[in-house]
Parts: sequence; structure tokens; C-alpha cells
Amino acid sequence: MSDTLGGLLTIALLLALLAAVYVPLGDYMARVYTSTTHLRVERAVYRLSGVNPAAEQGARSYATSVIGFSLVSVVVLMVIQQGQAALPMDRDLPGVPFWMSFNTAVSFVTNTNWQSYAGESTLGFTAQMAGLAVQNFLSAAVGIAVAVALIRGFVRSRSGALGNFWVDLTRGTIRVLLPMAFVAALLLVAGGVVQSFSDSTMPTLAGHSQVLTGGPVASQEAIKELGNNGGGFFNANSAHPFENPTAITNFLEIFLILVLPVALTRTLGTMLGSRRQGLAVLGVMGVLWSVSLAVTTWAEVGAHSPAAQVAGAAMEGKETRFGEWATALFAVATTGTSTGAVNASHDSLTATGGGTVLVNMMLGEIVPGGVGAGIYGILVMAILAVFVAGLMVGRTPELLGKKISARQMTYVALYTLTTPALVLVGTGIAISRGSTADAMGNPGGHGFSEVLYAFTSAANNNGSAFGGITVTSDFFQIMLGLAMLIGRLLPIVLVLLLAGSLAEQGKVPVTAGTLPTHKPLFVGMLVGVILIMTGLTYFPALALGPIAEALV
Amino acid sequence: MFSSLLTDLVRQSLAGLRLLLVMTVLLGVGYPTAVWAAGQAFGDHADGSPVRLDGEVVGSRLLGQQFEGDEWFLPRPSANDYDTLASAPSNLGPLSTDLIASIRERKAVVAAREGVEESEVPADAVTASGSGLDPHISLAYAELQARRVAAANGLSVDAVERLIEENTQGRGLGFLGEPGVNVLELNLAVAAAGGD
Repeated sequence: MSDTLGGLLTIALLLALLAAVYVPLGDYMARVYTSTTHLRVERAVYRLSGVNPAAEQGARSYATSVIGFSLVSVVVLMVIQQGQAALPMDRDLPGVPFWMSFNTAVSFVTNTNWQSYAGESTLGFTAQMAGLAVQNFLSAAVGIAVAVALIRGFVRSRSGALGNFWVDLTRGTIRVLLPMAFVAALLLVAGGVVQSFSDSTMPTLAGHSQVLTGGPVASQEAIKELGNNGGGFFNANSAHPFENPTAITNFLEIFLILVLPVALTRTLGTMLGSRRQGLAVLGVMGVLWSVSLAVTTWAEVGAHSPAAQVAGAAMEGKETRFGEWATALFAVATTGTSTGAVNASHDSLTATGGGTVLVNMMLGEIVPGGVGAGIYGILVMAILAVFVAGLMVGRTPELLGKKISARQMTYVALYTLTTPALVLVGTGIAISRGSTADAMGNPGGHGFSEVLYAFTSAANNNGSAFGGITVTSDFFQIMLGLAMLIGRLLPIVLVLLLAGSLAEQGKVPVTAGTLPTHKPLFVGMLVGVILIMTGLTYFPALALGPIAEALV
Repeated sequence: MFSSLLTDLVRQSLAGLRLLLVMTVLLGVGYPTAVWAAGQAFGDHADGSPVRLDGEVVGSRLLGQQFEGDEWFLPRPSANDYDTLASAPSNLGPLSTDLIASIRERKAVVAAREGVEESEVPADAVTASGSGLDPHISLAYAELQARRVAAANGLSVDAVERLIEENTQGRGLGFLGEPGVNVLELNLAVAAAGGD
């Protein structure tokens, strides 16, 4: 079989599997978030936590819960890392330094999972499984909760209530993420992913010494992909054979990365009572994703870079068992969602391939975006699109039966400004410092791309990296930590305020003048608005890095 | 208003702390332990797929190892010399002059070692992998090394090529990923055959 046929069949099987679970999983999640009954284990969680699951929260209260929970999580995760020497299975490792623990705690709580640490040489098993992996679940559940709250904002009429954060958080974790992660983890173990609680050292065949690194890897790997987290158990992330041993586990991981963001568009349609709306949103994501995959695959398979030309193929930083096709597919899946796991070195991708995955993140993590974050991200862009359309024809814009007025547009404008401001200002400050040149792993334009990629990844909560850059200085730990924290929480607060303002409104009746938002015309309009917004914002920065490199 | 917001934040944070502790027990201890227990059903997969020689573990079939010398099949270049405590790629960029110089140098070394033209050296022989622990080489790179390894071990080239074939892993399910030759398993087979 040729590489091309194998690659195309891989993509076809992936799309077929996603299509197969789209309706049942999407509708299941809609039921999870609309059900009025609690499971026994959920009642126990509420009782032990002292929360009242029957209480409805308005926007402000819901947002306060998200922020309170996130801040507590950061503090607890910092304490776990710094005090890991006192925990069992610490592998005799010392406590994590303060700013690295801050960066890592923020990174996992915000669903970014940027790695300024090297797992195998920094963290004990307890810190990984009882610290980091717990946030893998909870940060993903927070993302879905916020998306669901926004959907309720569209669904509900003349009510300020958006649901109950603690209930949404608990249900997402227990009814969606935990059972799926458990099954996925077992499949990964079957494929060879490690799940043990000790390391061992042995002499190799040629007489060297090698450590057989153990750890609760499979349990963490499963939720790392499913929850769009992406923080590796090991430094090399999903390129490491113990995280991703075969082409089959690689395929499973790509499926896990995409399954929830894709199925959530069905959840959106079902909860809105307009399944075609869910499909329209998926269509926008699908168009952008397909273009991105085509370009990246072309660049990697065609070896379109000087180094790849000399070598004969773009295999620097890639694993033999995956090859170019499966690496390109993984790279597009992981950057289009907010996952950020990598099965190859993105730094060593061709200039066009690396530039495309960078643009994937700049689109605002909506192709198809992070778990939950993709839904609220694209709904915000949809509001922007109806606003632009409204300006064109001189009508008050509306979306899904809700009027979009100055108040909503204020939230939307602030939302769309937050991430670009963090990326561009952060990159600008970093580049203006002389010491940043020493932190770059590559000279010239590619070094600039490394810095731009770092801030784009952090502010968009992706977590992948052009890994050549050294980010262990206090400056980068703090700056990227703040970019992740603000890039996550500020948009969430704005989305919840937006949701609250929508829920307070009544429904506007559909008339002949209403712009249908579930038809191909609007899909095209939304794609256009997303591309124009991203292009206007980032083109100058891209021109200095990846575009300049690609033209060499 | 600000003080009421602050009071609310503190109250919610405390609820969040209690929920986090409950979830830590469930997700941070219960879940990985359950995966570990159920994972025992898959034999030594959960323990890193160890490979044994005369009963002693000499590595994992999933992890590449460092080999030097004509009697061995050599693995791909590694950015970390196959150190499992520092898995990493080179992270050198697509235009990197350092990378291009390394690739040219490796090409010359491999071509001289195997007695072939530089144009016959496959890409995986001159590029470092994503993990630095790639257990495989391409079929082309294995075949390139067959003559040298056969001579050094007193084996026929045919015998060594048969061993390559036996230790080649095809594409997953017939079409996923790329085929590759497992270097550690191949070298074990060569050592066993050479020892006869």
C-alpha cells in the first residue's frame, strides 16, 4: 500500500468514526446537561462539597464559581508540586521550583497544558496523577460547563439563570469524561501504553544502562487527549513510545482529541432545538479544518523545506511508525482543538506546516476548538458575523432569536480583543528583551516564530510549542503563566456575562427579514469573518516569522 | 457591591476546595488505580512491554536503544542519545543551518559505513526522531545495513534479510502509519543467530 492511500484511508476512517458517534454522543451530552435528576454518586459529591445542586445561578454567580474554583485549583496544584517530596511515589525528586510550579498549575487549570517542565525528570507519580491529571478532567468539564451556560442563554427567555456551575462541572466529569477516559485508557494499555507505579533500570543489549520509565501513563494519556489538555507525562509528549506506541494508538488519540469538540456541535443543535444550526457550526469548523489539513499534509509529505530536501523527506522530529501523513493529521487535530499534545516536533515541521498549525491556534481555537471552548468561541464569532451582516443591510442583528445590541457587542468585542492583545503584546515585550535571543532554539525568523508560537499557544490555551525555545526563566514562566490565566478566565467571564444578557431577553419572532444562520450562505459568511479577523490581527506578525521562512 | 462580590468569591472558593478534594480522591487515586488493575489483563503491556534475553530484561520493545559497532543494526540519530529520562527531539527548524550540516555529515558517514552512494541513504537514517527514543528504522535503512551486519556476525546476507523481514512491523490494521523494523528485536535475533 502506498503512503498516500494509507493516509487518505486514515482520514476517511477518522471521519467515518466521528460521524458514527456524532448523534448518539451529542444527544447523550444534551441529556446530561438538561436532566433534572442526580446520580447517587453526584449527590454524594454535592453533599461532601456543601453545594446545593438545586440552586440556579445568574451570570455573575456562575462566573464567580468558575473563578473561585480555578484559583483554588491553581493554589492546590502549586502546593502539590512544591511539596511532592513528601508524597508517595515521588521518585526521589525535589519540589518543583516556585515559578515553574505556578506556570504548570496555571497551565493545567486553564486547560492549556503548556509544558515548561519535563515530566520524567521533574514530577513524581502522585503529583502527576493526583495533581495534573485531576485538572485534566476538571478543566475540560469547566469548558463544557461554560459552553452549556451560553447555550442556555440562547434557549432561556426572560430569565437571568444559567444553571448551576457545580452541577455542570460534576456531571461533565462523572457522566461524560470519566467513563470515556476509562475505556480509552484500557484501549491504550492494550496498545502498549504504560500503566505502572515504578521505574526500573537495566543494562541494554549493547551494554548501556537504560531506565525503563514507569508511571500511571495510560490513565493520564486518555484524559489528556479526550479533555483537550495535552500536557505529556513525558517531555516528548505523544511522540514518546510509552505514551503513543503504535500507529493504532496514534489513530485512537487523534479520535479522542476530536470526538468531544465535534459531538458538542450536535449537543448545541439539540439543546437549541435546531439541529441544522449544529450542523452549520460544524460545517464552518469542517471547512477551515480541511483546508488546514490539506496545506499541512502537502507541506510535510512534499518535504517543502531546505532541511527536508537535503534529508530526502521531512522526517526530522518525526517518528518512523507514524510517518508524515499521520504526523500532519495529529498536528492539525491538536492545534485546531485546544489540545496541544504533539506526536512530533512542531519546531521541526516545514515552514508552511509549522505556520499552518500556528494559524490554527490564531483562529481562536474553533476548528473545532477545545472541549466547550470551541463552542463558545464560535458562537461569539457567529454574533460578530450577524453584526457585520446587520450593518450591511441596516437591520438590528439577531442570532437564534436574540437581539444583538450594544451590550452584547461590547462583550463580543472585548472577547475578540483579549487573546490577540495577549499574544501580540506578550510577543512584543519578549522580543524587545535582549535575553530572549539566548532563549531561542533557532536563530533568525524561526526564533521569532518560536516566541510568537509560545504566546499564541499560551493565550489560546493550546499548550503545544515550538519546543526549541527555553522557557524556564522566571520571565517566561510568569509572562506565559499570565497569558494562559488571562486568556482563559477573561473570555469565560465575558461569555458568561453575554449569556446572562441573552437569557434576560425575550425571543424575537422569526420573520421574512431574519437572516437564517443554519444555511450555507451564513456558513460562508462566518468562515469569511473568522478569516478576515484572524488575518487583520496576525498577518504582520506572521509575515515576520513563518511566511518569511516559507518564502526562502 | 465589591465587598459582597468578594464574600461570594471566598464562599464559592471554599465550596470549590471541598469539591476539588472529593474529585482528587475519585479521579486522582481511584481512576488510575482502576485502570492499573484492569490493565493487568493485557499482560506485560502495562509494564512497558519488556524484552528478555536469557530471562533478564534487556529493554522494552517500544523504546529505542543506543548501539555502536558493525555487529549491530544501528538506530536513527537521537537528540538525547536514547536517554529515557530526557525524551526530546532536536527542535531544529526547517531552515536551520546546523540541522542541514548535521544531515549532510550523517549522510556521508552512513554512506561510507555501508559502502553505498549518499543518494541511497534514506531520510530516517539522517534525521533525529520526535522522542529521541524511536524504536524503529525504515525497511530501506535496515536493508542498507544488512551486508555489514551479516559480515560482522559471520552470517549470510540472505539470513540477515530474512531476520529483517521477520522483525518488520507493517502498517497498523494494514493502512495506519508507516511500516518499520524494530531495531532491538532485530538485533536480538541477529545475536541469537550469530551465536549458533
